[in-house]
Amino acid sequence: MRFTKDHEWVVLDGDVATIGITAYAAEQLGDVVFVEVPEVGRKLTPGDGLAVVESVKAASDVYSPLAGEVTEANTALTGQPDVVNASPEGEGWFAKLKIADVAAFEALMDRAAYEDYLGTL
Amino acid sequence: MTMLNVGRPTRPEAVEMDTHTSLNGGRGLLQDEGLLFEVGRPDRTGVDLEPAELDASDLGDLVRTAPIGLAGLSEPEAVRHYVRLSQKNHAIDLALYPLGSCTMKHNPRLNEKMARLAGFADLHPLQPQSTVQGALALMDRLAHWLKTLTGMPAVALSPKAGAHGELCGLLAIRAAHESRGDAARRRVLTPTSAHGTNPATAAFVGYQVTEIGQTEDGRVDLADLAAKLGPDVAAIMVTNPNTCGLFERDIVEIARLTHEAGAYFYCDGANFNAIVGRVRPGDLGVDAMHINLHKTFSTPHGGGGPGAGPVVLSEALARFAPAPWIVHGPEGLRLEEEARGEAADAFGRMSAFHGQMGMFVRAYAYMLSHGADGLRQVAEDAVLNANYVKARLQGAMTPAFPVGPCMHEALFDDTWLEGTGITTLDFAKAMIDEGFHPMTMYFPLVVHGAMLIEPTETESRAELDRFCEALLALAQAAKAGDVDRFKGAPFLAPLRRLDETLAARKPRLAWHPEPTAVAPAPQVIE
Amino acid sequence: MRYLPLTPADRSEMLAVIGAASIDELFADVPQAARHVDLFDLPLHAGEIEVERELARLAARNRPGGAGPFFCGAGAYRHHVPATVDHLIQRSEFLTSYTPYQPEIAQGTLQVLFEFQTQVAVLTGLQVANASMYDGSTACAEAVMMAQRVTRRKGAVLSGGLHPHYAATTRTIAHAEGMDINCLPAAIDAEAAVIAAIGPDTACVVVQTPNVFGVATDVTAIGEAAHAAGALLVVVTTEAVSFGLLKSPGEMGADIAVAEGQSIGVGLNFGGPYVGLFAAREALVRQMPGRLCGETVDADGRRGFVLTLSTREQHIRREKATSNICTNSGLCALAFSIHMSLLGEAGLRGLAEINHSLARELKAALETVPGVEVLSPRFFNELAVRTPVPAEVLVESLLADGIVAGVPFARLDPTAGLDDVLLIAVTETVTSEDIAELAGALKRRIAA
Repeated sequence: MRFTKDHEWVVLDGDVATIGITAYAAEQLGDVVFVEVPEVGRKLTPGDGLAVVESVKAASDVYSPLAGEVTEANTALTGQPDVVNASPEGEGWFAKLKIADVAAFEALMDRAAYEDYLGTL
Repeated sequence: MTMLNVGRPTRPEAVEMDTHTSLNGGRGLLQDEGLLFEVGRPDRTGVDLEPAELDASDLGDLVRTAPIGLAGLSEPEAVRHYVRLSQKNHAIDLALYPLGSCTMKHNPRLNEKMARLAGFADLHPLQPQSTVQGALALMDRLAHWLKTLTGMPAVALSPKAGAHGELCGLLAIRAAHESRGDAARRRVLTPTSAHGTNPATAAFVGYQVTEIGQTEDGRVDLADLAAKLGPDVAAIMVTNPNTCGLFERDIVEIARLTHEAGAYFYCDGANFNAIVGRVRPGDLGVDAMHINLHKTFSTPHGGGGPGAGPVVLSEALARFAPAPWIVHGPEGLRLEEEARGEAADAFGRMSAFHGQMGMFVRAYAYMLSHGADGLRQVAEDAVLNANYVKARLQGAMTPAFPVGPCMHEALFDDTWLEGTGITTLDFAKAMIDEGFHPMTMYFPLVVHGAMLIEPTETESRAELDRFCEALLALAQAAKAGDVDRFKGAPFLAPLRRLDETLAARKPRLAWHPEPTAVAPAPQVIE
Repeated sequence: MRYLPLTPADRSEMLAVIGAASIDELFADVPQAARHVDLFDLPLHAGEIEVERELARLAARNRPGGAGPFFCGAGAYRHHVPATVDHLIQRSEFLTSYTPYQPEIAQGTLQVLFEFQTQVAVLTGLQVANASMYDGSTACAEAVMMAQRVTRRKGAVLSGGLHPHYAATTRTIAHAEGMDINCLPAAIDAEAAVIAAIGPDTACVVVQTPNVFGVATDVTAIGEAAHAAGALLVVVTTEAVSFGLLKSPGEMGADIAVAEGQSIGVGLNFGGPYVGLFAAREALVRQMPGRLCGETVDADGRRGFVLTLSTREQHIRREKATSNICTNSGLCALAFSIHMSLLGEAGLRGLAEINHSLARELKAALETVPGVEVLSPRFFNELAVRTPVPAEVLVESLLADGIVAGVPFARLDPTAGLDDVLLIAVTETVTSEDIAELAGALKRRIAA
C-alpha cells in the first residue's frame, strides 16, 4: 500500500490501482454522508478530481494520484457512505484505475513514510 | 361574619422532584405539534368558496384527475398549528440575537404597517405607470437616500438579496470590461475571510477565484494583493468593515492598487450597519457595493428572507446597471424596462419586475424615522455596543484581534477553551440554555473556532449586561470543568441536538404517507 | 430616537468601560479623509406620525388593484389572501428570526419548511422541492444552470411562450456562466417550435404552461423529445393556482419544475417580494440550488428537522457551490404554506375551478366585443386577445372608465411585433359585474 500527502492510499494489483482515503483522513472528515465516485471509462491525469467525499459540514475533492482509466467505481458507497468511516482502507475504496506508469506508483510514500508525515502535521 | 371557607390553596406546596416529565411527553404549554399532513385532512378547508359550475370541457386531458395530496385545516386549527410551531423559534423580539455578519436588529412595526398600505401592497407590477407614480417616487427617493449615504452616483434596486446583489455587481463589472473589448480578465481576488457568497458568486459569473492573504491584525495583506493583481484580474471582492469586524485601514490603497491594475473594487456591504451615516464607501474608491436592506435598514429576516440587495455603482459602472431604470420624464417618473434609450448599456435583467418593493417601503420608513442624524447614531451605537461586549468579555474569552477597537462585531477565538474539552459549538449550544441565540460560529474561516458577536445598536445596556453576564458565567463553568453542561447542551430547548449525519445520509425531504423510517417521539414516561 | 435604547449617560459609562475617550476613537481605523464630521444632506429623524403622513401621501398617488375592475396578470395575480395568513406571518417568532441554522431553537421555521417542501412536491408532481427561491424568474434561471450541471451541456432552448422577463433573467444569468441560450420567438402557440430546436448540446428545454399568453399546453411530447436527445425538461408555471386544475409538471415528464408562488398567500406588492418554487426528480437532488430541510431525530430520539445537504451551498462549498443563493424567501414561503393549508386539497381545487369558470365567462363576454379576437385556445384564468388598436392605447383609455384592463404584451417584450396583443386575467377577486363592465367599456372605446 502506498500513500499521498493528500491522505489517499493506493494498492496495485497488476496494472490496476485501487484508490481510497486513509483512516486518518476518514477520521478528520467525521461522519461521511455522501461519496461521488467517477464514471467507468473516465481518463484521469494526476491531480484530476477522482471523487468527492462529503461530511455534514465539508465537501472534499479527492484527486487522482496517478494517471489512468477508471475500470471500476465503488458505487455501493452511494447508498452506504458510512462504509468509508467503518473501513476506509478496505471496503471503503473509491475507484480502480488501469495505470501505465508503475514507477509513479512506486514513487509514492510507503506506510512508514506516511506515518512520519502524519507526525509532522 | 360570613366566611367562605372552601378555597383553593394559594401557596405552592413543597414537592421535591429532580426531573419532572409530563404524562404525554410534552413540556407544559409547549406541546409537540404533528405535521400538517398528520393533523390536516384532504377534505378539510379554512376558506369558504362558492362552488363554481365547472365546465372544463375545453381543457380535455389537461385536467388533473389524480388527488394532489394536500392536507387542509379549518381556520382555528390552522391558527393553532402555526402558533404552536412559532413557539419553537427563537426571535429578535425575545432576546439579543448576536449573529455576527447577520445584523439581527429590532424590526420596527411601523415599517410593517406602511408596507401593508393598499397603495403599495395592492399594486400590480405591470399596471399602467401613470397609476403607480407614488410607488415610483418612493423607489426614486429610496435610491436618493442610498446614493447619498454611500456617496455613489447610481443604484440598481432590483437585486433580491445580498448574494443577488453581488451577482448584479459582478455582471456590471464584466459588462464594463467587455465594453472595452477586454476579455482577458478571468480572475476575481477575494480574502480567505470572505463570506461564502463572494467566491460562489464569482464562480457563478464564470470567474476563477484567487484568495488573498491576511495580515496578523486581520486585514487584507497589501503586498499579497499587489502581487496577485494583474491584467487577468477583473475585480476584487472585499468586505468592509471586514468579516473580522475590523475596518480595512488601507482601504484607499486597496482601491488605488486595484484601479491601477485595471480591475474594479466590489465591496461586500453586509456590514454597512457599522458605518452608515458616518463613512461613504464612495469616498474610499469602491466601484460597486450591495446593501442588505434586511441588515442595515431593519427589514425583517423572516426566518430566512425575503431580503433585498440594492447595488450602488460608481460612475464607471453606472451605465451598465440592469433594467429596469427609473427615469425622470416630462410626464413624471417612468420605468425603462428594456436595454434601450437611457438604459441602452444595461447588462440585462436580474429578475422579473422591479425588485423587492415591500422591502423598499419598510427600509424607506426606517430611513425617514432615523434621518441623517439617527442613522449616524445607529453606526455609533452599533460600534459602541460591540466594543462594550468585547471589553466586558475579554478577561474571560480571547479576542481574535485584541489590539485596537473593533467595529460593530466582537470576534473571539477558542484559545481560551484549550484544555477544557469544550468546543466553540458546545459553548454556543449552552448559550441556548441561558436564553440566547448562539453567535456566528466557525466564521470567518481564518480564526480558529471563531465566535463572532454582533449585538447591534438596538440593544439596551441592561440587555448587553444580561448577555455578557450569561457568557461570563458559562466561561467560568467551562474553565471549572463543568463539561456535561456543554457537551449535552441544549437541555432546555424544544429539542436537544439533532442528528445531522442521519439527515444527510438518508435524506427525507418531504412527508410521505408510508410509515416513517424515523420513529416518532416516544410517548413514554421514563 | 425611539429605536435606540442607549442614553447619553449609558454611552459615556460604556466608553469608560471600554477605555475610550470618545466615540471617534472607536472609528480610528477609518482614514481621516473619509470621516464625515457633518451630517449628510438628508432630512433629520421623524416621529411615527410624520413618517405615516409621508408614506400615506405617496401611497395615495397609486391606484390599488381593489379600487375598481382589475385584470392584470402576466406573472403576478391578484388573489384573495385570508386575514389569518397575514396575522400568522407577523408572529414575532416567524417574522424576526434568522435562517434556521440552530435547529434546536428553530423547529417552528424548520417544520414549516418541511411542510412547504412537501406541498410544493405534490403540487408539481415531483419528489423533492427546496425551501424556496427569490421568485419564479430567478428559479427559472437556476433550473437552467442546474440542467447544465446535470447534463454537462451548454445549450438551453427557451420556448417563446416563456414569460419574457423570465427569459431575460435566464439569459442574463446563464449567459454569464457561458451558456448558449436560444430564446425562441414569442408566439401564442410557441410550444410547437420547441422540439425542432433541440440539439446535441441542449441541456434543457424550458416551457411554460399556462404560457405567457395564457395558453395551457400538454408538454408531454416535448419532454419525450428532450429526453430522447439527452436533455432535461424544465416546466415553468407563473400562476400557482393552476396546479389545482391542470395536470402537474411531473405528470407531463418534467425533470425540474419551477413556479412563481405569489398567487398563494403573498399578494401583489408591486412585483416583490415573491416566492420561487423549485422541485425536481429525486435523482437530481444533489444538483439542486438553495436550502433543503430534512427530517431527523434529536439526541433523545425525538423527531426534528434540520437544514441538510448543505455541502451544495455557498457557505460550505464556496466557489464550487451549486448556486450563490443565501437568503431566500422564507416568510413568503410561510405565507404560501399557511394559505395552502387553509385551502387544502378541496379548497385549492375549488379556487382553481372558480378561476377557470370566470375565465370562460370572460371569454364569452369578449367574444361579443367587435374587433376583439380571443387568441388562447385552451386557458386557465388568463387570455390573450388581439385588439384593433395598440393594446397600450386601449388600456390607457379604459383607465378613464376606472378599469385596469390588463397587460399589453408589448410592455413585456416591445420587440416581438405583438403590440396588438392584450393579456387579460381574472381571479376570484373579479366579479361577473367587473367582466360585464370591461366588455361594455371595450365596446365603447373601440367604437369611438
